[in-house]
Amino acid sequence: MVQNLLQTFWATIADVLPIALIIVGFQSLVIRRPIANMSRVGFGFLYVLVGLAFFLLGLEMALFPIGKLMAQQLAAPEFIMGVEHASAAGKSPDWIQYHWVYVFALAIGFSTTIAEPALLAVALKAHQESGGVIGVWGLRIAVAIGVALGIALGAYRIITGTPLHWYIIAGYVIVIFQTLYAPRMIIPLAYDSGGVTTSTVTVPIVAALGLGLASNVPGRNPVFDGFGLIAFASLFPIITVMAYAQVSAWWAKYQ
Amino acid sequence: MEKGFLKSLLNSFYDLLPIVVVIGFFQLVVLQQPIPNLLEILTGSFFVLIGLTLFVQGLEMGLFPLGESLAFAFARKGSLTWLLLFAFALGFGTTVAEPALIAVAQEAANVAAEGQVIEGTEQARNDYAFGLRLTVALSVGFAIVIGVLRIVRGWPLQYLIIGGYLGVIVMTLFAPPEIIGIAYDSGGVTTSTITVPLVTALGVGLASSIRGRNPMVDGFGLIAFASLTPMIFVMAYGMIG
Repeated sequence: MVQNLLQTFWATIADVLPIALIIVGFQSLVIRRPIANMSRVGFGFLYVLVGLAFFLLGLEMALFPIGKLMAQQLAAPEFIMGVEHASAAGKSPDWIQYHWVYVFALAIGFSTTIAEPALLAVALKAHQESGGVIGVWGLRIAVAIGVALGIALGAYRIITGTPLHWYIIAGYVIVIFQTLYAPRMIIPLAYDSGGVTTSTVTVPIVAALGLGLASNVPGRNPVFDGFGLIAFASLFPIITVMAYAQVSAWWAKYQ
Repeated sequence: MEKGFLKSLLNSFYDLLPIVVVIGFFQLVVLQQPIPNLLEILTGSFFVLIGLTLFVQGLEMGLFPLGESLAFAFARKGSLTWLLLFAFALGFGTTVAEPALIAVAQEAANVAAEGQVIEGTEQARNDYAFGLRLTVALSVGFAIVIGVLRIVRGWPLQYLIIGGYLGVIVMTLFAPPEIIGIAYDSGGVTTSTITVPLVTALGVGLASSIRGRNPMVDGFGLIAFASLTPMIFVMAYGMIG
C-alpha cells in the first residue's frame, strides 16, 4: 500500500509538473515579481498535491473496482433476462428491460458529480463572486441532475443504437434557446459547468458503463459504440444550470 | 490548517455520502451480492475523505490565490502578447500530459485501426495516438487564448460558443462516422482537477482587474472554450489522418 501511495503521488506530481514549470517560468522571466504570501501559496499547492494523491488512491481502492464491476454486471444478459433465458439463442432484450441500467446511470451520475473536486472548486468561486446569490449546493445539485439525465439518456442511446450526433445537436438547439431567455449572469457559468463535471470520479465509472453496454447489448460493437456518454454528461449540465437560474428568477418574481 | 479541519472533514463526508449509498444499494439490493474486500474499501474511503479535505484546503490557500495573483500581475504589466502566450502555454502544457487524454487517445487509435483508417501495427497506433494528443493540446491552448482575449476585449460569450456549436455541427457532417463519438467525448476529458480551479481563478482575476468587466459575466467561460474546441479539432484530425 505504501508503494501504491508513492506511485500515485509520483503520478500526481508528473501531472502537475508542466503547470508548475509554466508558472515558475513566467513568474521569474516575465512578471519578475515575487508572489504575495509565497509560503502560504506553496503550502496550499502541497496540500492540493497530497490531497489529490490520497483521493485518487482511495478511489482506486474503494470505488473503481466495485463500480466498474457493477456497471458490467448490470448490463450483462444474465442479469437483464435471467440466467435461464440468456442462453436461449436469437432472443434479444427490449430496451425497457434495461430499467436497472437507467436507474444506475441516474444514481451514479448524480452521486459521482457531487463528489467531483473540480466542480466543488468552481461552485466555491461562483458563490464568492456572485456575492452569495449562487449557492454552492444549489449549483452542484443542478449540475448533478444534468449529469444524471445525460448519462441515463446516453445509456438509452447505446442500448437502442441510435446515432449520437442527433442527440447532441438537439441538445445544442435547447441550449441556444435557453441562452436567449436565461438571466445574463448565469450564462458563462452554465457553459463552464459542462466541462468541469466530467473528471476524476465520473469518467472511469461512466466509461466502464459505456463499454459494458456496448459489449453486452446484441448488435453493438464495443470499439465503436462505447463512446458518447461523456459528451452527454458535459452537455446536459449546461441545460440544467440555466434551468436552475430560470426557475430561481421565476420563483423570486412569483413571491 | 485553518477554518476548522474537522468541519471541512465533515463537509467532505457529505460530499461522498451519495456514492456510498448508491453503491451499497445496488450491490446489496439489486445485485444481491456481499461487499467484497470490506477492509480495503473502508481504508480507501478514508483516503478519499482525507484527500478531498486536503484538496479543498489547498484550493483556498494555494490555487485560487495563485491564479488571481497571476491575473493581477499580467494586468499590471499591461502586455497582451505575454498574457496570450501564457494562456497558450497553460492550455497546451496542462493538456498534453493529462492522463485521461492519454487513455482516450489510445482508445481512439484502436478504433482507427479497427476501422482500417490506419494500419494495425503498434507503431501506427502510437503515432496516431500521439498526433491526437498534440491536436487536443493545441486546441485547448487555442481555446484559452480566445477565452482570455474575450475577457480582455469584453466580447459576449454566447455568440462565440454558439458559433462553436455550429462549427461542431458542420464538422459532424463531414467527419468520418467512427471518429465522432471520440471527438464529442474528448471535449469533456481535457480539463483536469488542477487546471479547472487555476484557469477559473485566472479568468475571474482578469475580469476583476480590468475596468468595466464583471467577474460573473466576463470572468467565467474559459473552461467552456476548452471543452468545445477539442471536438472541432479532433474531427478535423479524423478527416486529415
